[in-house]
Amino acid sequence: MSESRFPEFTLEMRKTHKILAPTMLPIHFDIIAPIFRSYGYDIEVLENYDSDVINEGLRNVHNDICYPAMLVIGQMIDALKSGKYDTDHTALMITQTGGGCRASNYIFLLRKALENCGLGHVPVISLNMTAFDKKSGFAFTVPMLIKLVFALTYGDMLMCLYNQCLPYEQNKGDSKKILDRWIEKLVGQMDGKGFVRVKKNYKAILRDFAAIPRTDVKKPRVGIVGEIYMKYSPLGNNRLEEFLVNEGAEPVVSGVADFMLYCFENISVDYKLYGNNRFARFPAKILSSYMIMRQKQMIKAIGKHGVFNAPTSFVELKNMSEGYIGKGTKMGEGWLLTAEMLELIHSGVNNIVCTQPFGCLPNHIIAKGMMKKIKEHHPDANIVAIDYDPSATKINQENRLKLMLANADGGRKVFNKTNSNKEKISV
Amino acid sequence: MYKLGIDIGSTTLKIVVMDGDDNIIYKSYERHLSKVRELCLKKINQIKDILADKEVKVAITGSAGLGVAQLSGIDFVQEVFATTGAVGRYYPMTDVVIELGGEDAKIVFLKGTVEERMNSTCAGGTGAFIDQMASLLNVTADELDELGLKHNAIYPIASRCGVFAKTDIQPLINQGAQKENIAASVFQAVVDQTIAGLAQGTPIRGNVLFLGGPLAFLKCLRQRFMATLGLDEEHAHFPDIAEYFVALGAAVYADTCDKVYDYDEILALLSKENTENKINSLPPLFANREEYDHFMARHSMNDVPGEDISLYRGDAYLGIDAGSTTTKLCLISEEKKILYSFYRSNLGSPIDIIKAELKKIYELCGNRIRIVSSAVTGYGEELLKNAFGIDHGIVETVAHYTAAKHFNPNADFIIDIGGQDIKCFQIRDGAVSSVMLNEACSSGCGSFIETFAKSLGYNAADFAEIANFAPNPVDLGTRCTVFMNSSVKQAQKNGATVGDISAGLAVSVVKNAIYKVIRAKNADELGDNIVVQGGTFLNNAVLRSFERLIGKEVIRPGIAGLMGAYGAALYARSSKGDTTLITAEEISNFTHTSKATRCGLCNNRCSLTINEFSGGRKFISGNRCERPLGGGKAKDLPNLYKFKSDKLLSYKGVEGKRGKIGIPLVLNMYENLPFWHEFFTKLGFEVVISGASGRDVYAKGQHTIPSDTVCYPAKLTHGHILTLVESGVKHIFYPCMSYNFDEGISDKCFNCPVVAYYPETIKGNMDLEDTTLIYPYIYLNDKKLFIKKIYKILREYFPDITKKEICYGAECAYAKYAEYKEEIFAEGDRAIAFAKETGAKTIVLAGRPYHTDGEINHGIDRLASSLGFVVISEDAIRPIDRPDLAVLNQWTYHARMYNAARFIADMDNAELIQLVSFGCGIDAVTGDEVRDILRGKGKLYTQIKIDEINNLGAVKIRIRSLEAAMNDKMRR
Repeated sequence: MSESRFPEFTLEMRKTHKILAPTMLPIHFDIIAPIFRSYGYDIEVLENYDSDVINEGLRNVHNDICYPAMLVIGQMIDALKSGKYDTDHTALMITQTGGGCRASNYIFLLRKALENCGLGHVPVISLNMTAFDKKSGFAFTVPMLIKLVFALTYGDMLMCLYNQCLPYEQNKGDSKKILDRWIEKLVGQMDGKGFVRVKKNYKAILRDFAAIPRTDVKKPRVGIVGEIYMKYSPLGNNRLEEFLVNEGAEPVVSGVADFMLYCFENISVDYKLYGNNRFARFPAKILSSYMIMRQKQMIKAIGKHGVFNAPTSFVELKNMSEGYIGKGTKMGEGWLLTAEMLELIHSGVNNIVCTQPFGCLPNHIIAKGMMKKIKEHHPDANIVAIDYDPSATKINQENRLKLMLANADGGRKVFNKTNSNKEKISV
Repeated sequence: MYKLGIDIGSTTLKIVVMDGDDNIIYKSYERHLSKVRELCLKKINQIKDILADKEVKVAITGSAGLGVAQLSGIDFVQEVFATTGAVGRYYPMTDVVIELGGEDAKIVFLKGTVEERMNSTCAGGTGAFIDQMASLLNVTADELDELGLKHNAIYPIASRCGVFAKTDIQPLINQGAQKENIAASVFQAVVDQTIAGLAQGTPIRGNVLFLGGPLAFLKCLRQRFMATLGLDEEHAHFPDIAEYFVALGAAVYADTCDKVYDYDEILALLSKENTENKINSLPPLFANREEYDHFMARHSMNDVPGEDISLYRGDAYLGIDAGSTTTKLCLISEEKKILYSFYRSNLGSPIDIIKAELKKIYELCGNRIRIVSSAVTGYGEELLKNAFGIDHGIVETVAHYTAAKHFNPNADFIIDIGGQDIKCFQIRDGAVSSVMLNEACSSGCGSFIETFAKSLGYNAADFAEIANFAPNPVDLGTRCTVFMNSSVKQAQKNGATVGDISAGLAVSVVKNAIYKVIRAKNADELGDNIVVQGGTFLNNAVLRSFERLIGKEVIRPGIAGLMGAYGAALYARSSKGDTTLITAEEISNFTHTSKATRCGLCNNRCSLTINEFSGGRKFISGNRCERPLGGGKAKDLPNLYKFKSDKLLSYKGVEGKRGKIGIPLVLNMYENLPFWHEFFTKLGFEVVISGASGRDVYAKGQHTIPSDTVCYPAKLTHGHILTLVESGVKHIFYPCMSYNFDEGISDKCFNCPVVAYYPETIKGNMDLEDTTLIYPYIYLNDKKLFIKKIYKILREYFPDITKKEICYGAECAYAKYAEYKEEIFAEGDRAIAFAKETGAKTIVLAGRPYHTDGEINHGIDRLASSLGFVVISEDAIRPIDRPDLAVLNQWTYHARMYNAARFIADMDNAELIQLVSFGCGIDAVTGDEVRDILRGKGKLYTQIKIDEINNLGAVKIRIRSLEAAMNDKMRR
């Protein structure tokens, strides 16, 4: 695949071009975007959510492609067509993990779609771990990467705490207020040393969230796993977290660091199984050890504070799928998805929503294909698989979610309290 | 304390009232025709006497009940949850509950931990599906039931979703199969769907409780369930209250709620209207009356002149279009004026209709008019041609273009939306340059609107009319019927009117055509002289939406619905000869019988329908080859699919010192069998291969498939594994393979996720008894590494294996695989040379190695071969080089398709058809790219989606259209 036929994002464009990125992780992106900005990239995370996004997606990519591709591409084309941006001075940014899933084609599909819309001159930046080429317009530097690791860890922590406060807050809006305040604060610290003084920040964050007045009503905890875009993006999953909170549940969503660590882990697995990546595995190893260290530090802080449930570290997580699925299953979310379901069950979260685009190829195996085995070993597991699609209706999804919620944590017992004295139907 | 349970499903509203002693004192069941709130209030009004002055607890359930509950603030209980609760209370001995509703199907396993399942979003085979099928046969659901009870044969009908099943049923109707047998087959499909889609590996045994409307009313459905599950009267329970049971569950649940209401409160709460804005609404189709009038005036200009049949004297030409749901007929004069025309739903029996029409025409013609030539087109072409001795059978594309050309000689784009098909042709330089047809999965066409209209209590014309001025057309998306049903459900929940829904459906049919079938990026791509036709465009809402979406004015001939027939008549006019058309005398003595049978000429055992007509004419359908027709031997043209299939099926095990090892002939094994067979044979194993697939193989493993949206080739794997387990092998070898061989034509050499890791699914979902599944992660690209790894792996199971043996086996295996590949290339060379020498037309059927499986390709290769094509597979074309593509080219199998497309692009008289398994997400990428490669070189792109359905009729139309287009191209 030659890159030459497409416009490149050049060094000069750093100064002249605005970079648009799709929505996926609202909390994380709010912290990450300013890092990019501080390194001279004029980045903007898209916030167009309406039905035009899906229509543009339908128009511009094959209808059988997975839903995330349709949304991401639709969102970008919709933005470019909105007139808000000078398309001669706009570039797009999209993440790319590679691998055998059709998702690795997003960038090519995006480029094709741009050409078809007469926007072929808009450069697309592939955000991947090999982007270290200094001559190209977009390149990671080590300090930038380190900052990003910090940002991700902060994001994971904030998401984790926010989800544990929101369903219980006594004054509506408190949790969001604290969350916003901390995002703002972290962004403010970015240029100075404050940002990397994590211990201090963690303590303060924990203190602030713990100070939110919360009820002690027991609510069912519901884990969300799935294809990464569907799992996190409110645009993709019809605001699943919000729905669960409104239905009186506590969403449990694991951090995005796990996914990145999973990608690194696969590099060494690939070497073990196939002798590939002889050299790539060393930088991957370094970066992954660093991220694990950061993640552990965060987990430790939450644990020590003692008020909130701390996430499980990747080191533990990665072994949880053992006996269920081989480590060689590396396409899509691979063995990680199976491990995440098991991790939830081990931490007492038996209710799980498994999100995926309709017809997701890896999930036939790693999600739907593993549920039987998981339930055999964990009869209390209450897992529901939800498919997302341009026309899969909300009502259909909600009805299935409601069934899962009705069964959450012994919900079945409800019928036992009926004060019935008749066991036969008389008609 | 009284308990009121309200169950509002997708199609019906059920109410149960229990008194203080839990006696059911009232129950009702009624279709709500989308008027949920209205009916609900009406019902509550009716039970005023029962509830007045009582304390009442209330709960609402059901998919359409959710909205009512939210609006009224009354407690909601999820319907499966409610059902399970009530079952536990009233039928505690139950092991399994099967509940079929309007659009949902549910199964609850009560043994052990309670396990509740609902159909996924892609599975409509339920009440609404039965209604749809009944209306297709022009009977009511009850009549369908009556018919089904009298069946003597069952046809395989795809059970996955309604649209697929319809694709199976339509040809059966058009081929003259008995309604009784079709009816029973419909019910069987529902049963299969329930087992395949819902049970997913858990056996349905013990006491089974059947609930829900369809199971309460339809005896044949019950019969099919009992027969399939092997249940006797003692274990199959059909309670009298089956259709109200969910409402009863809600009433039982209501008892646990805290709130207590009196009658007036309930009435007041349920009276609340939805005042919220409907979120996804579109602008009205017409802003005002003036706009509408202008639109109507413009389109009335394309009417066709007629001539009075009672006055005309001279020759006349007959054209018939036997479409999927409608039959069209046209008699024209020498001046191409219409003497007589006919357009009607074929009511499941096209033969009877044409018989009656011909009779009438002959009477009208008297001695003045002589029919000198006749032609027929459409699904029922062959049946009618044989039945009535019609002179010409022509492919639909030709018929439609002939007609369109008559209206606008410059026509450069034709789109025809018929009952079940969407057909689009692009015309360049006076010839069809590309043909686009809808896939089986997106046939949201005319019959779909009609069926919907019916289900909402309207006829098609009125339904179309109310769309025009609907204020807020609903945005319904573009997916298949099943999804559309849920979209409509959602719209109903939001309080959309029937007009809004009708308008929304019109827009969605058009979007479906433009985005999914044509895949147009912009209107200019279509052309400047667009002719729209087909019965669906007579719906002005559809026409309006189409013009609006493409932003151009189009021509809709006044006879939009008759274009196929008119085109056929024009064709007949231009090809006169001695007519063989049935005479006036013959028609009055015309008889027709049909019977179902199985062909015994080969192992495929196709179900045949044999039609016999008076005059000794006979028509056999359902066959996949020419053999049962007698005489007409398939010409011996090179066919790579047959070559590969014969080759792979010829591998046999050789008795050896290490005993038997099983290999399933599925997915990647269609590529690697020669390798593994050699490897294990050399190691002293007797290799047991699971053999050819068949529907029976699928059925065998169906209940263990965890994901009903995975592709058919993967689904078949389950049956193959069970075949091996039954054969008693101790070990099955079926490796996981992320990577395939690097053939130098792709950047990476991945397998798709399903091919790569399906053994994990097998391991996780199948009970293999005493057989061990060996499913290591294998990498074949590096021989040294392979030897090292496989030695370690096999030692675990067979400790006596030596490294030397492994080395030797591996050497032989690599050599054997290379030899096999070369054989295929050589045969490919031979086929290409043959085609060049003889001038035979060539088709590259570009699929995957496993598309060689006859059960997966449904004999498309043989069909093409019988139509006179040389058939080449994508892997028989030698690698050219690593191409520069606009997509990520990183899958070995898919790279071969690009390679084949590039090769064929430079070959004369050759075209490519891409075979795509339904559910193959990767082909969403390859499809567009292959198309672009071909179009860049002026070639046609044809894609055929295949699944468990076996609808060769539709495939035949496509291959013949392709052939017609190739002929056109040659002539130029």
